[in-house]
Amino acid sequence: MSHTMSPESSHDDHHDHGPQQYRGVIGFIKRWVFTTNHKDIGTLYLLISLLSFFLAGAMALLIRVELFQPGHRLVDPNLFNQLTTMHGLVMLFGVIMPAFTGMANWQIPLMIGAPDMALPRLNNWSFWILPFAFSLLLSTMFHAGGGPNFGWTMYAPLSTHYAPPSTDFMIFAIHMMGISSIMGSINIIATILNLRAPGMTLMKMPMFVWTWLITAFLLIAIMPVLAGTVTMMLTDRHFGTSFFEAAGGGDPILFQHLFWFFGHPEVYVLVLPAFGVISEVIPTFSRKPLFGYHFMVYATVSIALLSFIVWVHHMFTSGVPLGAELFFMYTTMLIAVPTGVKVFNWVSTMFRGAMTFETPMLFAVAFVFLFTIGGFTGLMLALAPADFQYQDTYFVVGHFHYVLVPGVVFSLFAGAYYWLPKWTGHMYSETMGKWHFWLSVISVNIAFFPMHFLGLAGMPRRIPDYALQFTNFNVVVTVGAFIFGFSQLLFLANIIYTIRKGKKVDGQVWEGATTLEWTLSSPPPYHSFTTPPSIH
Amino acid sequence: MKKRARNLPLLLAGIAVAMFAFGFALVPIYNSLCKNLGINGKVDLTPVAFDASKSTVNHNREVLVEFVATNNAGVPWEFYPKVTKLKVHPGEIARLAFYAENKTNHRMTVQAIPSITPGIAAKYLKKTECFCFEQQTLEGHEGMNMPLLFHLDTDLPQKVKTITLAYTLFDVTDRVSN
Repeated sequence: MSHTMSPESSHDDHHDHGPQQYRGVIGFIKRWVFTTNHKDIGTLYLLISLLSFFLAGAMALLIRVELFQPGHRLVDPNLFNQLTTMHGLVMLFGVIMPAFTGMANWQIPLMIGAPDMALPRLNNWSFWILPFAFSLLLSTMFHAGGGPNFGWTMYAPLSTHYAPPSTDFMIFAIHMMGISSIMGSINIIATILNLRAPGMTLMKMPMFVWTWLITAFLLIAIMPVLAGTVTMMLTDRHFGTSFFEAAGGGDPILFQHLFWFFGHPEVYVLVLPAFGVISEVIPTFSRKPLFGYHFMVYATVSIALLSFIVWVHHMFTSGVPLGAELFFMYTTMLIAVPTGVKVFNWVSTMFRGAMTFETPMLFAVAFVFLFTIGGFTGLMLALAPADFQYQDTYFVVGHFHYVLVPGVVFSLFAGAYYWLPKWTGHMYSETMGKWHFWLSVISVNIAFFPMHFLGLAGMPRRIPDYALQFTNFNVVVTVGAFIFGFSQLLFLANIIYTIRKGKKVDGQVWEGATTLEWTLSSPPPYHSFTTPPSIH
Repeated sequence: MKKRARNLPLLLAGIAVAMFAFGFALVPIYNSLCKNLGINGKVDLTPVAFDASKSTVNHNREVLVEFVATNNAGVPWEFYPKVTKLKVHPGEIARLAFYAENKTNHRMTVQAIPSITPGIAAKYLKKTECFCFEQQTLEGHEGMNMPLLFHLDTDLPQKVKTITLAYTLFDVTDRVSN
């Protein structure tokens, strides 16, 4: 590895060295289990999320096979319900959140000029809880009585009174994931606030770092509420409390309030880091600085604050009073303003830029366009009277899949292609990347766009069977889902290709990239910045 | 590391613990909000004494009150109101009975949980006597009439013309024996 770019080569006692090496298989395991290095842990996070992505994706394909034709085809209804529940839980907690935490681990120290994360031992813990949490969660599928079958939203009393015994395993898995993300967030905030290089003021931080700072605060505020809610579920199930049990004076609607008090900010936990990635990729390939950086920061903060006062829009049909419907309808629509500022700024960044369309940029541009479609359907759902029609239909499924798949997942692809050369020191295959992009962007629309029509026509969500008139669109959706699912193997192939055969790259991989990580070699030295870089 | 830097993770962990507590604090907050604003159709389960001398009956207004009885899963009881609807003047006391019969061969204890539609009316429906105030125990195949005495507050909003009062029977036998 060349050290010409790394600032620590002048330092005698801190010369660059790799991870501590042990011998044999045990040694290999020790090297990864005990590692406290931000890059190692980032890699582990990204790998677990890649694994979960294919696992939860396979569940989605099973769901789509069942829905290919009306009637019961492949899976029985109880297994179908378990699949939808697991698909949701694993995609959120096992794919998107770990993937962004992995990117945060890799990128935040590199982007703010720090040697590592602030609390490396905590970092090790927050990752290594996850494999155990997911083993616990996935083991429920093999329990007597089956896994959780009440949807990822876990509404009481389905999840308390009528739930299978394995629900307790799910509850503890959620506790563990919660502890993991709280520890991860504490680490990220401590790193950003304490380890910035001299001269790196808050308002000079790259947008990705900003969005993660805000996301981490959101996580610290909401994950404990979710932990408390599932604890109430647990005590209702076993210890005779009646938080959600009407017979004992409790209220099932309370569960929905508690859940969505967590659940809505959680949506922004998923999407804010995506905004961060896009705000890095678009300026690089437009060869212009991000348009309206200050407004991007303020918009992110306002989205985060507003996210705490909109949760009832998930429960418009639960009988809340008119005044509350109006209040939450207006606050929800208000979120469109800062989000609109962001979309405007991304478009303005591209405007008159010297644009090139490498794979990361293609995914970023598709993100801006398709995420905005998801935003528009979100506005439709925000209208309380219209929501009475859309509630619990495929329209909602279409809406949030647009926000999460061509939205958040595309931003993950953009980030992965953008930083993969930096992380591995090798260039990915641009041809394979372009194939991956075009297959994904076409099939994602085939898969999710007809869902809106199905929903408007009245097809309810979370059902294993449907009326005959919905057949044609469901066939289209399933075909799209399969093309999308199998296209992702190209992504996997490209990653393997990059690591094994990719062309070597130097530090400055992208001509237009300006953030600090590009001043280091590719891959960066094991301890990123041992002497702080100077910030201009 | 500076002291401030060392304290930051502790402060953040403190916020997480506080938010965990806040999650539980939301339960009483929710309940008292619903009760005071009368927004989720929950009825106050304390008897309100009816004083005929102080109460003025609004004879110009009639409100239709409908009664609904439901059994929760696992309660094989017969359970129905003796009259399904009543027209009452606000301020006037109304009296009726629900019939309940335990259709099983064993002793069971149930709790009736009331719910009112529209929710806003919950605050204005005052019960002097209700079988829902306490748990009801019946031997196998035993039946009884359960009384309900209520009046509507004269302040009931004008737009409310019909009130539906629903009771659901929940099996609490296990809780009682424990």
